[in-house]
Amino acid sequence: MEDDAPVIYGLEFQARALTAQTAETDAIRFLVGTQSLKFDNQIHIIDFDDENNVINKSVLLHDAGEIWHISGSPADKAVLTTCYSKTSESRVLTCAAVWRMPPEWESGSHESPDDSSNNPQTLELLCHLDNTAHGSVACVLWEPMGDGKRVISLAENHMLLWDLQESSTKATISSSATLEGKGQLKFTAGKWSPHHNNTQLATANDTAIRGWDLRSMSQIYCIENAHGQLVRDLDFNPNKQYYLASCGDDCKVKFWDVRHINEPVKCLEEHSHWVWSVRYNHSHDQLLLTGSSDSRVILSNMVSISSEPFGHLVDDDELSDNEESQQEDKGKEPLQDSIIATYEEHEDSVYAVEWSAADPWLFASLSYDGRLVINRVPRALKYRILL
Amino acid sequence: MSSATTPPDSDPSQRRRVHSMLKHYYGLNEEGKVTEQAESLDPCDINGPHFDPEVYLNKLRMECSLGELMDHESCMVKQIRSLDSDMQTLVYENYNKFISATDTIRKMKNDFKKMEDEMDCLSANMAAITEFSAHISGTLQDQHAQITKLSGVHTLLRKLQFLFELPARLNKCLELQAYAQAVSAHRRARCVLQQYSHMPSFRGIQDDCHVIMEQLAQQLRQKFRDGGSSAKDLSECVELLLQLDEPAEELCDKFLSHAHSSTTNPFLSPTAGTDILEFIDRGCNEFVSSLCLVIASYQELFINRPQEGELASKNIPEMANGKLHVFVDTLAARYFSLVERRIQEEKGVSDNSLLVRALDRFHRRLQAISKLLPGSAVPSQGTEIVVRAARERIKQYLSALQTFYHDSLTDVRQALAAPRHKDATPSLPELLTSLSNFILNQLKSVLASVHLFTAKDITFSNKPYFKGEFCSQGVREGLVVSFIKFICQSSRQYCESAGDRGGSTPPALLLLLSRLCLDYETSTISYILTLTDEQFLVQHHTPVTPVTALCAEAREAAQKLLNHYVKVQGLIISQMLRKSVETRDWVNTIEPRNVRAVMKRVVEDTTSIDVQVGLLYEEGVRKAHSSDSSKRTFSVYSSSRQQIRYAPSYTPSAPMDTNLLSNIHKLFSERIDIFSPVEFNKVSVLTGIIKISLKTFLECVRLRTFGRYGLQQIQVDCHYLQMYLWRFVSDENLVHFLLDEIVGSAAHRCLDPSPMEQSVIEVICERG
Repeated sequence: MEDDAPVIYGLEFQARALTAQTAETDAIRFLVGTQSLKFDNQIHIIDFDDENNVINKSVLLHDAGEIWHISGSPADKAVLTTCYSKTSESRVLTCAAVWRMPPEWESGSHESPDDSSNNPQTLELLCHLDNTAHGSVACVLWEPMGDGKRVISLAENHMLLWDLQESSTKATISSSATLEGKGQLKFTAGKWSPHHNNTQLATANDTAIRGWDLRSMSQIYCIENAHGQLVRDLDFNPNKQYYLASCGDDCKVKFWDVRHINEPVKCLEEHSHWVWSVRYNHSHDQLLLTGSSDSRVILSNMVSISSEPFGHLVDDDELSDNEESQQEDKGKEPLQDSIIATYEEHEDSVYAVEWSAADPWLFASLSYDGRLVINRVPRALKYRILL
Repeated sequence: MSSATTPPDSDPSQRRRVHSMLKHYYGLNEEGKVTEQAESLDPCDINGPHFDPEVYLNKLRMECSLGELMDHESCMVKQIRSLDSDMQTLVYENYNKFISATDTIRKMKNDFKKMEDEMDCLSANMAAITEFSAHISGTLQDQHAQITKLSGVHTLLRKLQFLFELPARLNKCLELQAYAQAVSAHRRARCVLQQYSHMPSFRGIQDDCHVIMEQLAQQLRQKFRDGGSSAKDLSECVELLLQLDEPAEELCDKFLSHAHSSTTNPFLSPTAGTDILEFIDRGCNEFVSSLCLVIASYQELFINRPQEGELASKNIPEMANGKLHVFVDTLAARYFSLVERRIQEEKGVSDNSLLVRALDRFHRRLQAISKLLPGSAVPSQGTEIVVRAARERIKQYLSALQTFYHDSLTDVRQALAAPRHKDATPSLPELLTSLSNFILNQLKSVLASVHLFTAKDITFSNKPYFKGEFCSQGVREGLVVSFIKFICQSSRQYCESAGDRGGSTPPALLLLLSRLCLDYETSTISYILTLTDEQFLVQHHTPVTPVTALCAEAREAAQKLLNHYVKVQGLIISQMLRKSVETRDWVNTIEPRNVRAVMKRVVEDTTSIDVQVGLLYEEGVRKAHSSDSSKRTFSVYSSSRQQIRYAPSYTPSAPMDTNLLSNIHKLFSERIDIFSPVEFNKVSVLTGIIKISLKTFLECVRLRTFGRYGLQQIQVDCHYLQMYLWRFVSDENLVHFLLDEIVGSAAHRCLDPSPMEQSVIEVICERG
């Protein structure tokens, strides 16, 4: 069976920031933040129509500055955070803020693209995550599956836990931790663990990965030299609480069991340059997406360390219902760890990849030149995992 | 009568004729009628029975003339006359004979009568004699019986005397230590004493004897135990003891235990400090030879002895043989364990000949035992020890080689790390050749050492193990192949361990090792293996690792090392570039007057890498250069002139344009794999390093924000890199493309993108 061709969407500006609209579970929707120093920056809301295989976009103006990181609230689909750089007095500082999309944007989405770019609506600022005391913000993390009241921002070597109050219009620091010691201590990436009642956080600085307990704001583990060079991104396995994937400048993707941090559980070395982004599929954690500055996106199938190492258990009744698929199923061997596909639609470095929040078989990748590519998991594999 | 002699045709006729002739003789028929049957009836036949004179006469008368008649008549008369005289003579003769016979008979009659008388007389005499004789024997009979009895008593007495004297005699023998006599005497008396032991006197004697013999046995045992006695004495002892009904098993045991202590005592003390040859020598001389002696004398005593009497029935040899085997086995086991311990202590691999000689001696001496004791397992165990030792040796050599390899690498490391006085430190190719020569020589010397095991004059070299398995599995696979594999593997380890823990291995070492592995792939491996095969006449009974597999492994290692080298070097330069980009405040920088020092450093480092790689690897092919053949000697000026041709894209008129341009460029250019495998040549290596460095530069630039002068600084820096880096790579367009990207990105990230004039850039760069 043939797979649908990838859908490509081009932004006028360069872009690094991509996120799925986490709270939206019906529509396939991605948010992209642009990077431009000269022009007003935008947030593109990319709506993908799965039926017709077309993209509908709407543009919101983000005039605070170029966007380095974007993250959608898990509770309210209209709320999002951005990390943006602000130039003042010939000093560049990356700040973070919580925004609300104007309620009318959806109606505007059906206008012609030209109109929307000519007359885009502006985001409504809810509050700043004031970081003047702590330095540039690397990223803002929402509490996974939370009520949209708690975020963490990573600024330089500080880790700040914010409480959003009064419909997110006010942010107060509830607790914070500071990484101290020798060497490069600036946080480059972080991830809030969806396990353990949302009490754990993993951060990356230089070549180390650290785990934090948010209740005590203290370090619980530290994987020194997790990568040969800088660690660029992390992701937690959504189904296995101790498993964690990381990627970095040594072109490797490593899988860790945080209970045994001396050696990685597994190591992939498929990219030919730095790996900037790693994402587990939200439902099927054997599917792993990585984006790299070698302009490639790789979809891997890591069955052996997934929560379903022996594949989906199938009842006999289910099988007898569908004789055809049964025969098909028998002809196949159990899945091995493998690369499913390498996507080469990008021409420039891919800095972000993201699974859709609504459709577990769909993902987007964003390259620096502003090209957003939406792809699907190959159908054959999809059916194998499902059936 | 002439007609009468004519031969008759048949017997009856002859008989009749004789009959007739006798008739004729006795005058029954004067003329005889000896005619044939047919003629006999003829009455005219004068000799016939039916002769009728009348007829005959008439016939004559009728037939014959007168004359004839007359003649016939005279002839007849003559015949008659002669016949008459013959008859008379015969009668006379017979008469005489008869008379003499009669006389003889008469004489005989007389003689017999005389003889009869004498015979009567004789018989009478004989009767008298018989009577006498009977009489005499009757009288003598009593006396004879008495004499017989007496002589019987005499012998008995003598025996008794012997018995009574026995204790004394035995005592005397005991005093004189004439054990043999004592034993033989006792043996003679033993059964008698046994038989009559119910009689008190004999019992006494027997008891005495017993005591004495006990004493004697005691003494013998003592003597036997003392062992100081000669073998002959000992054998005598044993023989006597055997005769004394001493149980043979006990004797064997005693003998062996005695031998045990005597053989082991002097030897089996752990000896440190002596070298192995000396040790084995001692072992051979003291232990093996005394063991041989023991075996020989034991066999003499218990096994090969002619057996007599009841001893034969006990089947001593079999029992003794069994005991001997057990004895030898236990002793040998101790000896072997000792030897093995000693061999295991032999760790130093400096002098293999000593060990081989020691093993040879060890093995050779054990052959003696095999000759003496054909069924013994000792020699084969000995061979096993030798085999084990050889195996162990190979392992030791392998580990020695490995340590040597490590040591050489450490040396190389030190040489590389040593401060670089231009003349003092050896250059990379020298290091490579010396390293490779060291290794090869070491390997050769090891092979030579190991080869001693298979030398012709070594006894165990013709064992099947040493002919086959030792050569192929041991030396070839276990030593040579393992070593080569080890080299490859340890090389690969350099790649892995150093990769994560941040370049602990000096890059030059990686390069050196890569070249080493490549050399191994191209020539050394096949050379070494051929050498081994020739030296050891390896016959491949079992599948062995083929040369190609090893070569592939070496090549893989070389590739990995080189890739790693590229990665490490690229990383070093990348880090420099990254730090320089990350730590600078690009917004507030001043107007560029110089190329930043880090760029010069990058070019310097690249140049030195180029030199370094050039020492070990060939140039490699470049894509057609727009510059001509003298690229290596290009001066800065000429190269900068060259530069102008590629310059246009450097001066972006507007940021969007650059973006568009680079996008179009990207559309038509091939995708660049940054960390991709390199080829075994200098250009490819340098291309890889430069690719990595520039890509890092690009990514770092994209993360920063630039002010006006920041962008200009990047422009200057890129131009400087452009001037120097293009010559190192296989395809200069690659450098141009990446640098374009960097400048383009910087322009994009610039708050105030007003690029510097190309001419100014050139001036700054040429100023250096």
